[in-house]
Amino acid sequence: VMFYRLLSVARRQRTSPGWQNWSSMRSNMSTAEAQSIALPAQAQVVICGGGIMGTSVAYHLSKMGWTDIILLEQGRLAAGSTRFCAGILSTARHLTIEQKMADYSNKLYHQLEQETGIQTGYIRTGSIFLAQTQDRLISLKRINSSLNVTGIPSEIISPKKVAELYPLLNVHDLVGAMHVPEDAVVSSADVALALASAASQNGVQIYDRTTVLHIMVKKGQVTGVETDKGQIECQYFVNCAGQWAYELGLSNEEPVSIPLHACEHFYLLTRPLETPLQSNTPTIVDADGRIYIRNWQGGILSGGFEKNPKPIFTEGKNQLEIQNLQEDWDHFEPLLSSLLRRMPELETLEIMKLVNCPETFTPDMRCIMGESPVVQGYFVLAGMNSAGLSFGGGAGKYLAEWMVHGYPSENIWDLDLKRFGALQSSRTFLRHRVMEVMPLIYDLKVPRWDFQTGRQLRTSPLYDRLDAQGARWMEKHGFERPKYFVPPDKDLLALEQSKTFYKPDWFDIVEAEVKCCKEAVCVIDMSSFTKFEITSTGDQALEILQYLFSNDLDVPVGHIVHTGMLNEGGGYENDCSIARLNKRSFFMISPTDQQVHCWAWLKKHMPKDNNLLLEDVTWKYTALNLIGPRAVDVLSELSYAPMTPDHFPTLFCKEMSVGYANGIRVMSMTHTGEPGFMLYIPIEYALHVYNEVMNVGQKYGIRNAGYYALRSLRIEKFFAFWGQDLNTLTTPLECGRESWVKLEKGMDFIGREALLQQKQNGVYKRFTMFILDDHDTDLDLWPWWGEPIFRNGQYVGKTTSSAYSYTLERHVCLGFVHNFSEDSGEEQVVTADFINRGEYEIDIAGHRFQAKAKLYPVTSLFAHKRRKDDVELSDLHGK
Amino acid sequence: MEGPGRASARAWAPTALGCDSASWAGRMCVCPGPRRIGIPVRSSSLPLFSDAMPAPTQLFFPLIRNCELSRIYGTACYCHHKHLCCSSPYIPQNRLRYTPHPAYATFCRPKENWWQYTQGRRYASTPQKFYLTPPQVNSILKANEYSFKVPEFDGKNVSSILGFDSNQLPANAPIEDRRSAATCLQTRGMLLGVFDGHAGCACSQAVSERLFYYIAVSLLPHETLLEIENAVESGRALLPILQWHKHPNDYFSKEASKLYFNSLRTYWQELIDLNTGESTDIDVKEALINAFKRLDNDISLEAQVGDPNSFLNYLVLRVAFSGATACVAHVDGVDLHVANTGDSRAMLGVQEEDGSWSAVTLSNDHNAQNEREIERLKLEHPKNEAKSVVKQDRLLGLLMPFRAFGDVKFKWSIDLQKRVIESGPDQLNDNEYTKFIPPNYHTPPYLTAEPEVTYHRLRPQDKFLVLATDGLWETMHRQDVVRIVGEYLTGMHHQQPIAVGGYKVTLGQMHGLLTERRAKMSSVFEDQNAATHLIRHAVGNNEFGTVDHERLSKMLSLPEELARMYRDDITIIVVQFNSHVVGAYQNQE
Repeated sequence: VMFYRLLSVARRQRTSPGWQNWSSMRSNMSTAEAQSIALPAQAQVVICGGGIMGTSVAYHLSKMGWTDIILLEQGRLAAGSTRFCAGILSTARHLTIEQKMADYSNKLYHQLEQETGIQTGYIRTGSIFLAQTQDRLISLKRINSSLNVTGIPSEIISPKKVAELYPLLNVHDLVGAMHVPEDAVVSSADVALALASAASQNGVQIYDRTTVLHIMVKKGQVTGVETDKGQIECQYFVNCAGQWAYELGLSNEEPVSIPLHACEHFYLLTRPLETPLQSNTPTIVDADGRIYIRNWQGGILSGGFEKNPKPIFTEGKNQLEIQNLQEDWDHFEPLLSSLLRRMPELETLEIMKLVNCPETFTPDMRCIMGESPVVQGYFVLAGMNSAGLSFGGGAGKYLAEWMVHGYPSENIWDLDLKRFGALQSSRTFLRHRVMEVMPLIYDLKVPRWDFQTGRQLRTSPLYDRLDAQGARWMEKHGFERPKYFVPPDKDLLALEQSKTFYKPDWFDIVEAEVKCCKEAVCVIDMSSFTKFEITSTGDQALEILQYLFSNDLDVPVGHIVHTGMLNEGGGYENDCSIARLNKRSFFMISPTDQQVHCWAWLKKHMPKDNNLLLEDVTWKYTALNLIGPRAVDVLSELSYAPMTPDHFPTLFCKEMSVGYANGIRVMSMTHTGEPGFMLYIPIEYALHVYNEVMNVGQKYGIRNAGYYALRSLRIEKFFAFWGQDLNTLTTPLECGRESWVKLEKGMDFIGREALLQQKQNGVYKRFTMFILDDHDTDLDLWPWWGEPIFRNGQYVGKTTSSAYSYTLERHVCLGFVHNFSEDSGEEQVVTADFINRGEYEIDIAGHRFQAKAKLYPVTSLFAHKRRKDDVELSDLHGK
Repeated sequence: MEGPGRASARAWAPTALGCDSASWAGRMCVCPGPRRIGIPVRSSSLPLFSDAMPAPTQLFFPLIRNCELSRIYGTACYCHHKHLCCSSPYIPQNRLRYTPHPAYATFCRPKENWWQYTQGRRYASTPQKFYLTPPQVNSILKANEYSFKVPEFDGKNVSSILGFDSNQLPANAPIEDRRSAATCLQTRGMLLGVFDGHAGCACSQAVSERLFYYIAVSLLPHETLLEIENAVESGRALLPILQWHKHPNDYFSKEASKLYFNSLRTYWQELIDLNTGESTDIDVKEALINAFKRLDNDISLEAQVGDPNSFLNYLVLRVAFSGATACVAHVDGVDLHVANTGDSRAMLGVQEEDGSWSAVTLSNDHNAQNEREIERLKLEHPKNEAKSVVKQDRLLGLLMPFRAFGDVKFKWSIDLQKRVIESGPDQLNDNEYTKFIPPNYHTPPYLTAEPEVTYHRLRPQDKFLVLATDGLWETMHRQDVVRIVGEYLTGMHHQQPIAVGGYKVTLGQMHGLLTERRAKMSSVFEDQNAATHLIRHAVGNNEFGTVDHERLSKMLSLPEELARMYRDDITIIVVQFNSHVVGAYQNQE
């Protein structure tokens, strides 16, 4: 039916001037003549995919002045997922960046009809998100807080209010709901056609029934596109192939890994109700019931995200357009039950059809955009996790900015293609993972939730040893990392029961680990860190690193430098520690998920010089972090070498023997601000060194610890982590790291200009630590990240990470404070004075907690000394 | 009241032996299920057949008291009896009126219990309901289940068999069915078989232990036979011939092992001697026929020769005087041979292009329903026996299967039988059954173990093979069997997918329909084993073809004395084929 509407739209619009150009070409193309019409031989940009993504990118590029663009579609325009899309535009998203994209899309689609003259069926219906449980309501309240500070109106309403807004709903099982009045419904196919039409008016050439075979690449740079109708030379290629983006990526000689996978998705269309539903009837999302309901031609359209999804196209069967796949009523039964429970009066409503329209999902339920790490000029926008219509406008805009300016105007790291590597590209992995991701769309998202599928891909050699000792695992970039260790006598809740927004069941466990880090010594397996080695025959390595990194790396051999890898804007592309192994060799440690991004960045900026070698040695070393005051005792006993600060100052690196094993890189740092050492151990020695450390450590009270303890320690010490707190739009000056930047040394490095300017003008945001005052750890909701920060009642920013500090016995949140002008909302300079003179509150799911702001860590934490009177017998027990 | 029961009591007078149909039917009342051999057995002689077989049914003995037996009776008996070979349809209640003849009082002990129960039921004013819970039902159904998956080695040496599921549900106590599965180690291929014993389980037990060795040896090339013989001669370690895939309850008798080995060795020695030196391709069909005949011959010989060890002596006699049918499949790549003796059946599950299932029978039943078997028997015996050789659809009016292992009563001359029994142990002499000579016994042998061998070349659409004893086939149609297994294995109920089409369907109607369909499907997920799933259906299916828990619960809680009245032992092996491998074979050629 939608398809017919699409055709009729096309027919109706033929007469409009902007359309004519394109549609006449299209009608020519649709016959055998199509073969004879030659494609242009070259263009600046070739976009593959005529769905909402491809047309949106073309639209935005052409708006920004790039017009030498060809858009290719293998079937007809807007005939893939876009054609079948349920047409719901919803701004209630979990990530801020997603909210912004959806909000922009909403505004764009709203005025699109006016701009292009093409009817898009845009109707502002609003949407209501129902909560059947208190936990769901908390989740909605969190989103509500976030929406409000983003500028999207929304409110939490009572079940009674729901019934007023939507009398047909059964509200007896509801505890509350969220109303987002400006959400809309729209015909996605028409939106795509309108965007295409506007783009073609701006000069974009559109060819349908043209299949992209593969991309031509020379020296890691896109040079052209091979299609079934001939070649096109181009500088940029944009993969907007939707379900087929993965296959298209693999078709390259040097494959571009775009991890996404399709699942079947069903929705139901009915005939009109006896009193047909108004076209502005709100859209309902009943996540606990796993369904959405919107009005559709007087009847309803209702689909959902079931618990047992059906993955499809695993073998990469390519179809021109998504054919009508089989309806599977038995599969739809739980959703139908849910629908009838929500709207019992629909029992007598007549069915029109059940639509099966596959949707693509990604391994982490976030969409994929950005430039390929292996092929320059190869851009991707795909994997929308069934929110393509909501994101289409905004995502297209950010990608266009990225291509034109070199970077988007927002931090999109969460969506960046480079957060994945080839390791997420296995078909089996994707098939299994999306079966978990699709239900997750309507599952409750609680803090620190881990995926259950596609696990144990990358592990440390100590995995089994740690697992046997009760380790519970989380995964980062495919690598298993211990969260904490469950003591043998302790039982944790089952997986489902442990989901909570309140104090989690591992609280006491992590407390014991933190305490041990403070008072004795703990060992944390941190092998997942990305490790690169840069060596050269001469001074090339030092020269290039001095240019790429913001801190001075010309330090004596054996010293470790904390430094940022900045972009032109002075923002952090990476935050790392670099040890100078010798004059010509550097060892670089970066966050786990930097493996692909940092590699691509270095490759892109390093000169092609055979004397300069960059090597990824991540897999060669197991990393053990010995944290605590007794780490020094353990290590000196194992190495027969003096480890005291005189011999081994902090931020120092030395190759030495530990136990029988030689060549262990020992570094006096712990990534937490606590005393201790990182041991980088060649993997074949890992088990030996671990066993020795545990044996010797026994008498110092050693125990295993996990990343939760680490996080608590580093957050209470105000340590920012890249990927959580720092991103490409935050500079060292904004987080008090001026001393880590070689601004005064007269050396050029990327981002220097921007930093100098910032130093002169002042910063517009400031990384701040907040200590929650009136927060009851046992009874109140816990902060996570993304909570709005209020200064004197005014919204000033969001938190980026948080943890309970066992030392301060308070929750600590980290986040950036802005200074928005009260009149214009423009960003103004943030001074230390501005920070210090404010009264702060953190909004956790609608409840505001008072917080103390700090620009420097609490000093008493560094001088932790136990008073004599505090010693008790239990301190003599082994931990 | 004159019922068949009474008639049977009369009929047992020696003069009336084998006279009229009613008498045999009546005699059947003692064990009214389709006992395959119509000769009464004294219960005191039960130890004769009591190999160490676990009897899970004992558990249910006390449970039956509260059961609503009459309801089961009404439904279960009815559908059971349409498979019965008895000519006179008798009414259950009549059966209960049967007063046991004093001479068989001991024999009829089970029936007395039956009497009690029904009396109890009849006069109980408010019968309490008692059902097994679903977990209890499952633990009974799953007690004997076994699954084997063919291991894969990096995609090499891939077998055309993915694996098999097997299971059995006893009705007799102890169960008389046996099953075997083994991989041939010196030749390629896998052997799978079901064996249905009668007059005890001794013969089916022996066949289940021995037959595959005879087949494997028949398939071995001359050099391998020589190598094995030389190894035995010189006391070296032997080449293993079979890799068995056994459930813990599938036991092998230790005592007879030496005896059995010697017979087998004699066989291969003869094969070695017979070899003319030219290495010819071994024909699987021939090998199967030779193996069946040779084993039956050895069983017969061992009983005639006897054994100095009195236990073994008794054992070989029990084996020879009881009987067993056999249905054996040999799968090697795309070559599937089925050798069948008796009325077990091999059924191929074929998936049509539209996804539906159809059944292809790969064996012929050797019983009165098979015209060609009746013809064969008539041809093998003088014309004047034409009327007596098959009577009331039974061989000599007694035996249901027309081919079987053992059953020397139908093979040996009367002289030989008398001689062996007289010289045999006392237990044998005292046994009514062994002493009894079949009526109209003029030109033995009347019975053979020679199998009928069917060859089938596997195609990609051949998804699985069901081997099962008649306990399954008499309760379920082959088409249903194949459909249920097919849907189970593909994890999909090929319930016609619902399409709304042009019909006016409301959401409520659709919801009702879907809920009903889901209830149907839920039974699939209870089983991890295709054979178990099939048994669940065979025992629990109601008239709508869906598993009815109440019915299943009642059928499974019958006391062992009664179980046999409603169902036979059921043994099932479901072999799953690897369509990819089969397809690859096809493409190679």
